Amino acid sequence: MGRADRPVGGVSTGIAMSEQRDDEGIVLTEAQKRARRSRSVAIALALAALVILFYVMTLVKGPGVLIRPI
Amino acid sequence: MSLVSEGADFQESLAGTRLAEPSLATVGDYVALMKPRVMSLVVFTALVGLAVAPGSLHPLTGFTALLCIAVGAGAAGALNMWYDADVDAVMTRTARRPVPMGRVRPGEALAFGLTLGSFAVVVFGLLVNWLAAGLLAFTIFFYIVVYTVWLKRSTPQNIVIGGAAGAFPPMIGWAAATGSLSLEPVLLFLIILFWTPPHFWALALYRTEDYARAGVPMLPVVAGDTSTRRQILLYTLILVPLGITPWLFGYTGALYGTTAVVAGAAMVALGWQVLRERRPAERASRNLFAFSILYLFLLFAVLLVERGWGGLIARLAA
Repeated sequence: MGRADRPVGGVSTGIAMSEQRDDEGIVLTEAQKRARRSRSVAIALALAALVILFYVMTLVKGPGVLIRPI
Repeated sequence: MSLVSEGADFQESLAGTRLAEPSLATVGDYVALMKPRVMSLVVFTALVGLAVAPGSLHPLTGFTALLCIAVGAGAAGALNMWYDADVDAVMTRTARRPVPMGRVRPGEALAFGLTLGSFAVVVFGLLVNWLAAGLLAFTIFFYIVVYTVWLKRSTPQNIVIGGAAGAFPPMIGWAAATGSLSLEPVLLFLIILFWTPPHFWALALYRTEDYARAGVPMLPVVAGDTSTRRQILLYTLILVPLGITPWLFGYTGALYGTTAVVAGAAMVALGWQVLRERRPAERASRNLFAFSILYLFLLFAVLLVERGWGGLIARLAA
């Protein structure tokens, strides 16, 4: 079973890959690459923001960081 | 037929796209999934709850609380769009949303909503407090499971009960600031709860065909036009005194009291016009829908200025 025939996300890729050679795999268009890049950048920024938020909140709370009232 | 093939049929019939194609969803599509306009109202009412609450709160903790509430609201929006994609596709107002347009797949919306919601609740609990985090988790659960999955398609009282989901943010804001709850945030909750039916039924009156086509049993579809207009006035008559109660209980000053009385009188007048209007006329319904947004904004903005602004400045200075 070649890579192009393997399921992606639980759904056969046969339709999408019917016009491509098996050994090429999924070839992204420029628009798809741009969309993927923008999503990746957004995820990276969100994760960086989360790290900074935890770092700064730890400084703000000081030793009280472990005290979390209900 | 397997779930996968059912999903494929739904997706193909919905958007005419091929499931196997790599996603073309942009960051903007994911932002749209979070219903930014709804999110802004949620953040605003939560800010008021947070600002009017007694006690001190570090500004960064307040910012974190609002961020988590905003992300939680976005998660609820994404999960709602995932579940309601079939309904959204046949309604004019929602047909251009990312899932029915095929720009974001249902599975992507589901994963996005679950991830955002989980992060929002856990970060809220770790950095602020677990009461507020629990309320946020319950709000997301209520909006998705109770309103979207259960009530929306099964009863004309869907938005009456489901409106609670939109009413929780001031309570969450209060809980974030104090770690507890009291009567005042409950009053704010009740104001939004009773504001929701006249607001959405006014919209449903001039979108009745849309809801009927989608099979959503909104009150005008099930009970008819006249009954809906009576219900709108009834709920408005309950809402307006509720809007005045924070002043009557001494929580607010004269500015809030005057605003609540004057704006409330305008709400009743518009509700009365809606009652007297008959289809195909829809001007009164549109006016009430638009003014109801201004009414809620005015009440909370005056509350923020009168009660919360001083508190916020004091907290920033502390």
